[in-house]
Amino acid sequence: MQNTLEIKGLYAGIEGKEILKGVNLKISQGEIHAIMGPNGSGKSTLSSVIMGHPKYTVTKGEILFNGKSIQELAADERAKLGLFLSFQYPFEIQGLSFLKFLHAAYKAQNPLDTSSIVKFKEKIEQAANELHMGHDFIERELNVGFSGGEKKRAEILQMMVFKPKIAIMDETDSGLDIDSLKLVAQTVNKMRSPQFGALVITHYKRILNYLKPDFVHVMYDGKIVKSAGAELAQELEEKGYSQILKDAGIKSAGVKLA
Amino acid sequence: MTDSRSKERAIAQTDYSRYDFSYSTKNYDVVFDKGLSDEVVRRISKIKNEPAWMLEFRLKALKAFKEKPLPTWGPDLSEINFDEIIYYMRASQDNKKSWDDVPADVKKTFDRLGIPEAERKVLAGVEAQFDSEVMYSNIRTDLEKKGVVFLSMDEGLKQYPEIVKEHFGKIIPLNDNKFASLNSAVWSGGSFVYVPKNVKVDIPLQAYFRINAESFGQFERTLIIADEGSQVHYIEGCSAPKFSTQSLHCAVVEVVARPNAHVRYTTVQNWANNIYNLVTKRAFAYRNATVEWVDGNIGSKITQKYPAIYLMEEGAKGEVLSVALAGKGQHQDTGAKAIHLASNTTSTITSKSISKDSGRSSYRGLVKVVRGCKNVKSSVMCDALLLDKESRTDTYPYVEIDEPTATIAHEARVGKIGEDQIFYLTSKGLSEAQALTLIVLGFMQPFTKTLPLEYAVELNRLIEMEMENSVG
Repeated sequence: MQNTLEIKGLYAGIEGKEILKGVNLKISQGEIHAIMGPNGSGKSTLSSVIMGHPKYTVTKGEILFNGKSIQELAADERAKLGLFLSFQYPFEIQGLSFLKFLHAAYKAQNPLDTSSIVKFKEKIEQAANELHMGHDFIERELNVGFSGGEKKRAEILQMMVFKPKIAIMDETDSGLDIDSLKLVAQTVNKMRSPQFGALVITHYKRILNYLKPDFVHVMYDGKIVKSAGAELAQELEEKGYSQILKDAGIKSAGVKLA
Repeated sequence: MTDSRSKERAIAQTDYSRYDFSYSTKNYDVVFDKGLSDEVVRRISKIKNEPAWMLEFRLKALKAFKEKPLPTWGPDLSEINFDEIIYYMRASQDNKKSWDDVPADVKKTFDRLGIPEAERKVLAGVEAQFDSEVMYSNIRTDLEKKGVVFLSMDEGLKQYPEIVKEHFGKIIPLNDNKFASLNSAVWSGGSFVYVPKNVKVDIPLQAYFRINAESFGQFERTLIIADEGSQVHYIEGCSAPKFSTQSLHCAVVEVVARPNAHVRYTTVQNWANNIYNLVTKRAFAYRNATVEWVDGNIGSKITQKYPAIYLMEEGAKGEVLSVALAGKGQHQDTGAKAIHLASNTTSTITSKSISKDSGRSSYRGLVKVVRGCKNVKSSVMCDALLLDKESRTDTYPYVEIDEPTATIAHEARVGKIGEDQIFYLTSKGLSEAQALTLIVLGFMQPFTKTLPLEYAVELNRLIEMEMENSVG
């Protein structure tokens, strides 16, 4: 079965302030989508709302997974369906080892897997090797004292272990040096298969050079204003957001564009 | 939904009876009537066949107890009815040396508490006290040969009357505070530990205290003497099943750390939530000696406990590391005292507390530096975690410094678990209850990591159960 995440006419906000103003998007397994857009366009909010952050209120529209609404589901239940969010700013949890966290989350997602923690640890170490992360990393407190790049790689490691059906990567590329960026892109490319879909949120075209998305969307003021193939990223790079928005017939007055 | 299913599963897998069962050993051969009088004190002393000085000590203490008003500076203790408490009861005649001699029903209780015999065997020494009397005690032969003494306090008094007389009630005088007075009057059981010069006890001595009976007061009394250059880790676990009426646990612990000795005293308590837990603990640390109090407080209705270290001579070090978990209807009023009576002494106090479901935790501590004690260093760190808006935490740090060369640091932090933090964990597949539990366990980790493995595992399980009971 082809797993699909579909967002239909989605309006959502926080404390009465509307941020998403009618988002439409459909991501199927096997596809890589990229969303680009200036600061404040609602990209991170979209990822939090898809994943079920309780601080946002959906006022209109639908989030469907395989045609069924997931709006009533708590975040952990969405994760168990096969959705994954790689955080832009992962949280630090004092005293909780990365391994213990990974194992607890993995077990929650895969209650029938009875393999031992020793086997599990081997799997983690393999994933860490691929990401050029030292094994000591696994025993460290979750995200505590991790550098910006380490935090991002730790998120990608989680993605490798949880094997989501559809992953959302919220600005995974920001704060990564060029080597780490290549490494992360390589890892995502390895995961690419008919069973894996991704939504890559980014400011920059750089990561898309390595990831080669199937679709690129431009988000502005809470809406997807333009969608096309990978060539759109190139066009954005050359023309900038202002020109693209202008071409699409959108006034961008009052908003500073990157 | 998945959440309620996983909760059901968790409940099914949890053997609550291990912690909170109404199973009790019925075969008591001595049970006193409720109430406290000279006669009660005399009878206890007579049953124990004590020397005259101890009876005299007890009677003086009873007088002091009656004269002292109930302390009103802390949690409300006015509901304790001292006339409705049984002050002495005994389930079986002797303190057993061999595990085979322990009565089957007591053994069963011990097993249900989750410390299997194999685990007990690897510990240096074990002692278990049910209600008033120590039911089982043993020590590893090689330690015994080196002269290490680990006995019940009663047995210690019989076998080492001189040492006991020299120290008993000297670190905590019988009129120190109302509850130390009460303990001094009716004490029974507890441990007597003596570690000879330069002997290092490499693994912990373990004591286990349990209240099995309703409306009962447990008053164990512990005295630890670590001679010069010696080293010992004493660890005690406490618990009680839930009864409808209140019970009282009122212990006194005295520790002497002679020059260069190192004593660590660890407590992990899980009292039922209708027990008043009012404990006085104090250590004297002499030249270059180190004393560490490691104190974990879960359960009880009210706990008042402020382990103290008197830094008597130069170079002495004191450390107090405590955690408290206050749930519904509970008040954990805990802290520490460091009294610097000599130059170049240091103290470190770390207090971590968690309040949830309208529970209340307080840090109450004293750092005192006497004039003329040069270069004293002390640091106090209070770290509180509030899980909801209804819960409460306070700090009452008292500092009395009469010496300009002292370096004193105090830091207090109150943390709240944010929605974003919970979302980070739940988005990875953990339920909200699991997320909270992991955050709380992580918060406790600096404490947990000091414990022997089986205690750490046990403590984590207790916390997990506490958390599961409250969330969802």
